Amino acid sequence: MAEGENEVRWEGLCSRDSSTRETALENIRQIVLRKTEYLRSVKETLYRPSDGLSNAVSLDGMNKLLAHLLMLSKRCPFEDVRERSGFILKSVEELGIRIPRPLGHGPSRFIPEKEILQVGSEDAQMHALFADSFAALGRLDNITLVMVFHPQYLESFLKTQHYLLQMDGPLPLHYRHYIGIMAAARHQCSYLVNLHVNDFLHVGGDPKWLNGLENAPQKLQNLGELNKVLAHRPWLITKEHIEGLLKAEEHSWSLAELVHAVVLLTHYHSLASFTFGCGISPEIHCDGGHTFRPPSVSNYCICDITNGNHNVDEMQVNSAGNISVSDSFFEVEALMEKMKQLQECRDEEEASQEEMASRFEIEKRESMLVFSSDDDEVTPARDVSRHFEDTSYGYKDFSRHGMHVPTFRVQDYCWEDHGYSLVNRLYPDVGQLIDEKFHIAYNLTYNTMAMHKDVDTSMLRRAIWNYIHCMFGIRYDDYDYGEINQLLDRSFKVYIKTVVCTPEKVTKRMYDSFWRQFKHSEKVHVNLLLIEARMQAELLYALRAITRYMT
Amino acid sequence: MEKMSRVTTALSGSALTGRTMHCHLDAPANAISVCRDAAQVVVAGRSIFKIYAIEEEQFVEKLNLRVGRKPSLNLSCADVVWHQMDENLLATAATNGVVVTWNLGRPSRNKQDQLFTEHKRTVNKVCFHPTEAHVLLSGSQDGFMKCFDLRRKDSVSTFSGQSESVRDVQFSIRDYFTFASTFENGNVQLWDIRRPDRCERMFTAHNGPVFCCDWHPEDRGWLATGGRDKMVKVWDMTTHRAKEMHCVQTIASVARVKWRPECRHHLATCSMMVDHNIYVWDVRRPFVPAAMFEEHRDVTTGIAWRHPHDPSFLLSGSKDSTLCQHLFRDASQPVERANPEGLCYGLFGDLAFAAKESLVAAESGRKPYTGDRRHPIFFKRKLDPAEPFSGLASSALSVFETESGGGSMSWFVDTAERYALAGRPLAELCDHNAKVARELGRNQVAQTWTMLRIIYCSPGLVSSANLNHSVGKGSSCGLPLMNSFNLKDMGPGLGSETRLDRSKGDTRSDTALLDSSATLITNEDNEETEGSDVPADYLLGDVEGEEDELYPLDTEHVHPEEPEYVLPQEAFPLRHEIVDTPSGPEHLQDKADSPHVSGNEADTASLAPVDSSSSLLSVSHALYDSRLPPDFFSVLVRDMLHFYAEQGDVQMAVSVLIVLGERVRKDIDEQTQEHWYTSYIDLLQRFCLWNVSNEVVKLSTSRAVSCLNQASTTLHVNCSHCKRPMSSRGWVCDRCHRCASMCAVCHHVVKGLFVWCQGCSHGGHLQHIMKWLEGSSHCPAGCGHLCEYS
Repeated sequence: MAEGENEVRWEGLCSRDSSTRETALENIRQIVLRKTEYLRSVKETLYRPSDGLSNAVSLDGMNKLLAHLLMLSKRCPFEDVRERSGFILKSVEELGIRIPRPLGHGPSRFIPEKEILQVGSEDAQMHALFADSFAALGRLDNITLVMVFHPQYLESFLKTQHYLLQMDGPLPLHYRHYIGIMAAARHQCSYLVNLHVNDFLHVGGDPKWLNGLENAPQKLQNLGELNKVLAHRPWLITKEHIEGLLKAEEHSWSLAELVHAVVLLTHYHSLASFTFGCGISPEIHCDGGHTFRPPSVSNYCICDITNGNHNVDEMQVNSAGNISVSDSFFEVEALMEKMKQLQECRDEEEASQEEMASRFEIEKRESMLVFSSDDDEVTPARDVSRHFEDTSYGYKDFSRHGMHVPTFRVQDYCWEDHGYSLVNRLYPDVGQLIDEKFHIAYNLTYNTMAMHKDVDTSMLRRAIWNYIHCMFGIRYDDYDYGEINQLLDRSFKVYIKTVVCTPEKVTKRMYDSFWRQFKHSEKVHVNLLLIEARMQAELLYALRAITRYMT
Repeated sequence: MEKMSRVTTALSGSALTGRTMHCHLDAPANAISVCRDAAQVVVAGRSIFKIYAIEEEQFVEKLNLRVGRKPSLNLSCADVVWHQMDENLLATAATNGVVVTWNLGRPSRNKQDQLFTEHKRTVNKVCFHPTEAHVLLSGSQDGFMKCFDLRRKDSVSTFSGQSESVRDVQFSIRDYFTFASTFENGNVQLWDIRRPDRCERMFTAHNGPVFCCDWHPEDRGWLATGGRDKMVKVWDMTTHRAKEMHCVQTIASVARVKWRPECRHHLATCSMMVDHNIYVWDVRRPFVPAAMFEEHRDVTTGIAWRHPHDPSFLLSGSKDSTLCQHLFRDASQPVERANPEGLCYGLFGDLAFAAKESLVAAESGRKPYTGDRRHPIFFKRKLDPAEPFSGLASSALSVFETESGGGSMSWFVDTAERYALAGRPLAELCDHNAKVARELGRNQVAQTWTMLRIIYCSPGLVSSANLNHSVGKGSSCGLPLMNSFNLKDMGPGLGSETRLDRSKGDTRSDTALLDSSATLITNEDNEETEGSDVPADYLLGDVEGEEDELYPLDTEHVHPEEPEYVLPQEAFPLRHEIVDTPSGPEHLQDKADSPHVSGNEADTASLAPVDSSSSLLSVSHALYDSRLPPDFFSVLVRDMLHFYAEQGDVQMAVSVLIVLGERVRKDIDEQTQEHWYTSYIDLLQRFCLWNVSNEVVKLSTSRAVSCLNQASTTLHVNCSHCKRPMSSRGWVCDRCHRCASMCAVCHHVVKGLFVWCQGCSHGGHLQHIMKWLEGSSHCPAGCGHLCEYS
């Protein structure tokens, strides 16, 4: 069987023109049926299909195809494609071929599927966003489906990501995806790694590189060190790091390339935080997103249970919720009360200068110690770990040793004045896009808190933002760090700390245990703040080093 | 105010003296401010707050205001300002949101006077009222501006910008009650100090934060603003709407802007990132700074003119921990190093080129543009006597005309319009196109079409008359290369020359101007002129740059040039057929060589031996009989297309490509095809041949080309009743539930071509309107408008 003529072309499905999609679908249908026929004939002649090696290969290809169809039938923003691909799957099944089914339910392991917007029930604005995203990537990923809680942000996010990965830029396309893989692998985020491995191969990347960083060009290997420091201890970045990258003879980076790479690295570090923070499930068409096994009680998948979709589980949650309902109700009330108090008595008690300074130091020091008790070692999956070296290097190391984080004064180097200008100079338009994204994330509010309406949440948002920056040693002269202690309770701090610094350790328990009365959309909102604050912090350190190098 | 300052000047005695100098500070500076006596400067930063005396040769530290054992954030200054009325009064803005005033008259070591802790966020700017002794204004990151009366403990009034953060506040120098504030979202607001409830005026000045603003010291209502978008804009606020008068594009975000005293159009700027220099701009010359100070090694954070009436001393503080005094006469002037050149295309293809005259003079010896006609155009600058900055010494302007005897492209238009590209059998298309080409006198092209027909169609269909005709004009002989190109003549020709001199400073030479226009009309002469300008700003030292001599103008040889090259009478098919046993590669080589050879030998005479037409006929029959497949010729045809394209006749290349379609397409690589298509389409569009270009786009098979007319195909319409945009589907407006595009004649919805009058916006079906307007000249809708249909 010649592979060439059976090459499936998915591109046509991304078109906004329904007739183009129609032809593409028809094309796919024919290929699938042809392959099915072939498989059947092989089966009949051999009786035992698992014997033939070549057969296994073609079966593998077929399975991939079916998995992709499954994804389309669930996640394509175009209704016709969803219907037709479901139909194709069904007809394949009728021919006696085993078809896959999605594992787990919904895009997130933390958020029940019914809370998340269903594809097909979105409004016009969201549909436009989905269609854009689908047209650009050929898929609607789970991140998008979770972020769509906040469409205003999502739009800016997608625009930025699209620009970074696909539009004009100093780096070649496969480099961009590879850098994305490197960054995501730092946090052992197999979800992002898988996605970008596919994209990397799709844009013509060399599969050999995927065997590990040592197989990539020297130039990318040089970036490994920056990636490592940036992900875990950005305050250690010095202009020597930058110089090392820019002056490496034939492997040297240009300034524009470096800025592009830095933006990509920070983007994917923080996106890894989001992935873990919201418990994003594997994509349906990727490994771990689907299974060919028929559903059976004995084989019940863990994620099905932890997902809150199962009946039994739902009851557990309910009963648990009943117990703590008064407790957590009180939680919200107390938080609101505190905010009000802070608002009122701010002018009255005037803390001395030393007091203010020490509050920052205390918060910074304490933030090092805030960690969840279940500190069990997570060994990264093999296929992910090969993308980076030096697994032992992490945020954890220094927090145990209580390493001193130097203070970075935002009044001396801030994003709005300095970082923006530098990025926009070296990588035009991206500064603007990122600036917009920061703005939207920082100012996003619906003036609600759990069940309360018309609440000014700016104080709370600022506390979260500044707390994250505080963990990175970034200080705002005009902020009273005492507020953080008042507004953020311990379980919330644990969650923030984990998501930002060691995202791979986030568990559903952590996600559930903070802000129990708050809506899922609000928890996603918190995550947006976390990732943007983290990205800004990393960017500030990296850009400051570049500025220092340049002066 | 002005009066008072003048008094101050008088008091301060004779003119300031000093030199360019700098001193090292202990820490990076964030802002500086000058005392009104012009003898002291205060420097403030995160960990520095000192007063320096400016002496003749050096800065001398006079006072350290940063006292006390423990460093306090109250002393971490974002801004500092010295009162212009009271030598003892200073105010600082702290990064933690505190506004502090300082009284140098206090006997104790600590000069701190008052502390205002009303702002919740960093205070970005403080500003004293220019004439009022006790009024202080502050602008903060929290979005509020506060006005303090120093005799009271609290603020007098609070102004809310309804926005995130205030980056700058400045009292107007001329209007007692007015102040301007700039914001991070790009807005500028104008406030009346007596009305804290709402701003008087607000407009968006920049894209992104506006970091700074400065009122013009003399011109009432002029406000300069600088933003992160790298621009400095000058606004006239006296009119009803703030009007942008000037815009200077710098290379980095603008952190500070300060008008230069006594120079109406000058202002100084410094940047916050990347660029460490201080520039002084003439706002009317927004591209090249008038002066540049390059002393600092890190970004400049504060600039101040030393004295309100002395334009030559500039002080600056920087992150590199130095304080500098710059003397204007020591500044570097980028203008001097620039080679100003200008290039512009005229409406009829003329090319104007202006350059520094010395450059042109040097170059003219080499005669770089032989073959082109040069015309003189006088470059007359209106000199504004009030303008000190009149620019460069002298410049020369040359105008090149591409071709004499204009309108030579008419053949292109005719051909484009008359060619048939599709819709008929190949033979007919070829015949038609051959006829068109012949009628336009392009015999070679005509012949090519005929050849193509012979190659690709059955010869039996060729009408002998047609063939005779074309072959009769063709040539064929035993010479290996019989092509006779008379290409665009590149050799030097002859032309009359005139010489025109203009003496320097002769700004109004009417006679010369007349002269030039006369020569323009004759279209025969070639000259160059040099225009020179009067001495410029004494401060800029332009005088030295001028040379007091007459420039002999170089002359150019001009030769009349043929508007159109004689088309090569190429007869390759003939030659090919004469050979009995054709061998492909050989022909390929011949063909490939021929255009080069003939192209290089520009002065070749045309060889036009006559041959009998019968030979062709017989040969072509023979060819057919021997059943050479048309594929055999594809190499030749491909080369021919390349040849035409290289000759600049991309029209021919594309036309043949379309007409032959699949027959040749596969032989030519995609990229070349695409390149031809796009060039041809571009040409067509320049000649406004929209229909033809669209047809070409449609007929093209290249994906990249055929998608050209797929873009922006949407026509947005508004409902004719409620004037709101129509939704994409249906003919009924969603909002007012009425049919939108009704025919005024038959009152039905128009679903096809809709024609409407641009005067009264009524319209309807094309036929109906046409019919109606035949009988009546008034609008069918009865609105009384006299519609016209043309």
